[in-house]
Amino acid sequence: MAHLALDKQVVNRCRDLALKIAGPIEGLIATHTTVAIERATLRLLGVEGAVKHAGQWFPEVNVIVEDLRKEGVLGSGVLWWFVNGMIQEKMTASELASAVAQRKIRLTQLPEASADELTKKARDLCQRAIDLLVERRKQRDALRAQLKDPFDPEGKNGPLLYVIVATGNIYEDAIQGRAAAQAGADAIAVIRSTAQSLLDYVPHGATTEGFGGTYATQENFKIMREALDEEGRKLGRYIRLTNYCSGLCMPEIAALGAMERLDFLLNDAMYGILFRDINMKRTLVDQHFSRRIIALSKIVIHTGEDNYLTTADAVENGHQVLASQFINERFALHAKMSEDLMGLGHAQEMDPEHPNVFLLEIARAQMTRDIFPKSPIKFMPPTRHKCGDIFYSHLMDAMFNFVGVLTGQTIQLLGMPTEAMHTPLLQDRWMSIKNAKYIFNGAKDLGSEIAYRPGGMIEKWADKVLGETLSHLEMIEKKGLFRAIEERAFAEVSRKETGGKGFDGVIGRAPGYLNPFFDLL
Amino acid sequence: MSHVAQVNLKKLKPYGDIMDDGTIQVAFTLPVEPSPEAREAALILCQKMGLEQIKIATMEKAADGFALFVVYGNLKHTVDYTQIKVLKVEAQKRSRDEIDEIIKTQIGRKLVVLGACTGYDAHTVGIDAIMNMKGFAGDYGLERYQWLDARNLGAQVLNEEILKLAVQEKADAILVSKVVTQHNIHQKDMKDLMKRADQLGLTEKIIFVAGGPRVTHPMALECGFDAGFGVGTKPSEVASYIVDEFLRRKNKGAQGASGKSEVIQEDGAKRAAKGRSKKAKKKGRK
Repeated sequence: MAHLALDKQVVNRCRDLALKIAGPIEGLIATHTTVAIERATLRLLGVEGAVKHAGQWFPEVNVIVEDLRKEGVLGSGVLWWFVNGMIQEKMTASELASAVAQRKIRLTQLPEASADELTKKARDLCQRAIDLLVERRKQRDALRAQLKDPFDPEGKNGPLLYVIVATGNIYEDAIQGRAAAQAGADAIAVIRSTAQSLLDYVPHGATTEGFGGTYATQENFKIMREALDEEGRKLGRYIRLTNYCSGLCMPEIAALGAMERLDFLLNDAMYGILFRDINMKRTLVDQHFSRRIIALSKIVIHTGEDNYLTTADAVENGHQVLASQFINERFALHAKMSEDLMGLGHAQEMDPEHPNVFLLEIARAQMTRDIFPKSPIKFMPPTRHKCGDIFYSHLMDAMFNFVGVLTGQTIQLLGMPTEAMHTPLLQDRWMSIKNAKYIFNGAKDLGSEIAYRPGGMIEKWADKVLGETLSHLEMIEKKGLFRAIEERAFAEVSRKETGGKGFDGVIGRAPGYLNPFFDLL
Repeated sequence: MSHVAQVNLKKLKPYGDIMDDGTIQVAFTLPVEPSPEAREAALILCQKMGLEQIKIATMEKAADGFALFVVYGNLKHTVDYTQIKVLKVEAQKRSRDEIDEIIKTQIGRKLVVLGACTGYDAHTVGIDAIMNMKGFAGDYGLERYQWLDARNLGAQVLNEEILKLAVQEKADAILVSKVVTQHNIHQKDMKDLMKRADQLGLTEKIIFVAGGPRVTHPMALECGFDAGFGVGTKPSEVASYIVDEFLRRKNKGAQGASGKSEVIQEDGAKRAAKGRSKKAKKKGRK
């Protein structure tokens, strides 16, 4: 594989800056919890029921956590109250959860067990939950070993073919996912219903109605997992399942993804802040706990830097992507994730009419590959400059596939000819997969046959982006991450420290905060 | 003398390489396995679409139980091009400087413009292209206009929120971007906004503009908006329309009662769309 001669000292300096930028945030993470973390904690203990309110199902975990928050006692951790309830009432977690959710028991009005007894019982419960997650991971790994698995984090087997389904109906999604797998897709994402990221609860059960996608629910995860496992066995090839671990329920989706054996989760330390206007503190505290679960289950995350290039100019903003990748990498390391789990995202979004656009795209893609050699790089297709001309779009995707295979990208989200028109039809996906297979096969080893001309246009562009990244990170480090985001450091979006959604769900930890997952994960 | 047939606008047909050959291409999937029967089914469907000399260019197995077809054929149907009437946004083409100058000299104050992706829509590409400084395709966004007070509220703004803010900020125009269109959610959202605006008595005070890949001017009118813009619209086109419409309304107001109703009648005839005519009638009553 051809590599760029990048200045290693600049790269190291960028990593040092990311460490410094993340420093103060790590203090925040260690002293706070959120309603979503507490709900995820209960979910890991097996609380998965729901109660009906005004014709709608609400998860028990929301009722329990919300009651404690309103009483102002959530700072001790939901487990403090919940495990005490289990001891006092001699109930299992799901029995107690349903009694509390139906308001038959109030957790704050029970006699209190000793701190020692509480801590020990909580630790046992959490350990059992973790054993279960490890068990699920082993099942997944066994299936991967049994079938052919083309995935290699370093991209040595060529890009993985990754497509999305988004019908709104999970049963229809299963059909579309199977069809895509038959056509040659290696990974399937079920796009979420638009705005699910802003729901402060995870919907319950199998769903057949959605807007622009399908709700992420535990039951939907199961249905899709089963379909893809079955199809994978038929095809003799392991098919990966992807969902979105972002938004106000990020930690809960991580927990559900771990329990239901998902392979990929879209998870970004800053995406929610910038693109969903979720409060900064909420997002940063949530992403940490999510990634602790993800690290245990060895799920590969996909970060969302591609979005910076769809909202701001892709030629000019390469440095924002790289700066954010360094920050995402740092937060992931802090959450005990290994590099082979960090699917760092970027995209081919430059104006197709820009002179020598492919040289610049190759420079960015190769630079990303070379700076994060052990990480599975996630490459997103053109969207911004696509319109209804499906023939031209198909050609853009072909060039995107060419850049992907040439530069050793790991996970290639295939572009769709009908991007900007509708969620992909079966035939759109089929065309895209055929396009990718043709190019990935035909140019398979091209990257090993070429070298980048020293001092040439590609190398110079990569140097320029890397240099700008360093200055950008220096600026962020000087201002601090919060102020930098407020002053539009990323994607030309400004957010305030106390603004955004979900801020009231950020809670300072009280002395004696109980959550053994933080030790055990 | 020309050796090729000239286009007959009274009987317009698709063109392949010979005038009036009617050649079109169609691609679709049938939820059955590829087979001679599937091919025949595709052929019959194409006949029903009005195609002749049908060539099934390919039949591919797209998945178990799905056959994909690419078909060419010659369309029987024609259309009378001379009879076609399309509702278009009426606005002059102007540069940013020209627009700023008109606002400065003819209005004398900044026009307040609020923009947002409303409802559940989280796709800000369109509204950003129109509103943000940077703009789109070399055409600066509304935030860059000296005489516009343009504010991009971003994604997932509720209809009631944007109207509340519009009242508070005395907005002159609201721009709504709709990208997600599944189950026609965009139209439902747009109609809901206009219903709420109507209840608050804002439809005359504020210019309502919609934009998005599936938004057309007639569709926007049907939803009760004043104008709709599709893909590729530049910020200056939207700004120019807002200024024109603002001045139209201002002048109407200045002309007094009799002149006003005349203008409105003309308006009503021009804008045949349902929602719009209802609005025009209401204006007449006032």
